[in-house]
Amino acid sequence: MPHLSQFQTFLLLTIVKVVVVFVITLTAVAYTVLLERKFLGRMQNRWGPSRVGPFGLLQPLADGIKLFLKEDMMPLAVERPLFILAPVIALSCALISISVVPFGQQHLIGQTGVDAFQVANLNIGLLVILGITSVGVYGITLSGWSANNKYTLFGSLRSTAQMISYELALGLSLVGVVMRAGSLSLRDIVNSQSHYGMLSWNIFGGLQVVGFFVYMIAAYAETNRAPFDLAEAESEIIGYHVEYSSMKFAMFFMAEYANMITVSCVATLLFFGGAGSPFGHLFDHVFATGIISMILPVLWFVAKVFGFLLLYIWVRATLPRFRYDQLMGFGWKFLMPVAILNILATALWLAYRG
Amino acid sequence: MQLALFLIFGVLAVLAGLNLLAQRHPINSALSLIVVMLSLAVLYWSLGAEFLAAAQVIVYSGAIMVLFLFVIMLLNAGEEVRSKGSKVASLIGFPGAAAIFCVLSFAFLSERDKLGMTTLGGDLTGATSNITEISHVLFTSLLLPFEVTSILILVAILGAVVLARKEL
Repeated sequence: MPHLSQFQTFLLLTIVKVVVVFVITLTAVAYTVLLERKFLGRMQNRWGPSRVGPFGLLQPLADGIKLFLKEDMMPLAVERPLFILAPVIALSCALISISVVPFGQQHLIGQTGVDAFQVANLNIGLLVILGITSVGVYGITLSGWSANNKYTLFGSLRSTAQMISYELALGLSLVGVVMRAGSLSLRDIVNSQSHYGMLSWNIFGGLQVVGFFVYMIAAYAETNRAPFDLAEAESEIIGYHVEYSSMKFAMFFMAEYANMITVSCVATLLFFGGAGSPFGHLFDHVFATGIISMILPVLWFVAKVFGFLLLYIWVRATLPRFRYDQLMGFGWKFLMPVAILNILATALWLAYRG
Repeated sequence: MQLALFLIFGVLAVLAGLNLLAQRHPINSALSLIVVMLSLAVLYWSLGAEFLAAAQVIVYSGAIMVLFLFVIMLLNAGEEVRSKGSKVASLIGFPGAAAIFCVLSFAFLSERDKLGMTTLGGDLTGATSNITEISHVLFTSLLLPFEVTSILILVAILGAVVLARKEL
């Protein structure tokens, strides 16, 4: 492209990448809902959605249409601007954090230096994800307060306190991985685990099993999912989004599932070698040619993320809900000390080795 | 590009700061403060201080401002009543603010050589990693102040616990 300056090509390619990733993420969100309902159904010995389309595959479409066409009720006494702003904050924060995730192996397009499988390769990618997550808390806080209802206020305080508490354990559990890789760039962290396939993944070869479990538990609490789903414990208490209806409710709903996908992506990248194959470079002489070498890592990545999503659903179908004081005690008195001990052990091991 | 970012987010920070003063409801003021902090983070980043930007977002707008919001919500602070303001305040306030602005900008401009200059976005393309530099400094030459500060924060936490204990 000789008649475009470097900045213009960069801008165009980035816009294309953003649009593609956006569409794929939203589709994935819709079908994660279907996946959850199907699997939950099978685990509870029933069919799950099966009427719309073959095997119920068009169910997300029907749900979307239903939510769009519902009447958008807004109580009279709400803080209008904040009431509208809250779901927007929740959803946009959930969608933005996917932008630093590398989906495949680094592949530069032509001479432009633009990576095909990552929207933005930042040297503080991990911190960006943590920062966006912590800003996303405002969506919940504001939604509960602006609805002018004391039950939503309590619900939002509960969820916000939960998210802030578990954010600590979440951040600390990642430090071991960061120390091993010596970088906060997600691309570098993935590359640091790529030498011997499965054996050099952080969870196996990197001895970050403890970090991985702390991360997974904290991430489940962070996304307000079972067994920590006090935010929307339908049968027992009232959550923060009680006053929302139609599209605004759908935005909270989509934000939850988008957060699930992001968390699964981060778990894949940090502990399971990202887009790397579990066999390392064993079969490179077969697949290292042409388009297969580009597509195969993406497939590995998607398969791992899919596995984590199934784990989410499995946990939801199996484990009972925590009580609130148990949840807080677990986060502060168990997870955080364990995460700190993990940091200490990893640091001592690294100092001993190197 | 960096200039555009600087203009957009500099103006946004100033406007949100003014909005903080003008709003009558404490929640709206707190939210304006969050906007100020986020735009400051963008400004730090455009100056090449990406770690500082991330810390600003995580610590200030992510943790501290959430606590502010909590306190405002739980105290159930209502809208403030708008008064006409005292004449003395407006008589002294505006010239005072203008004077402080002039003194500060004079000081910065005249001491520019000693303070050092940086170009906008000069380090964005650079290969040096902020985090490496900062951690190197923190754990070598600034180790003592760093540890003393963390003990200070620990003392503050313990003080809060002691104070809260009486109420229980």
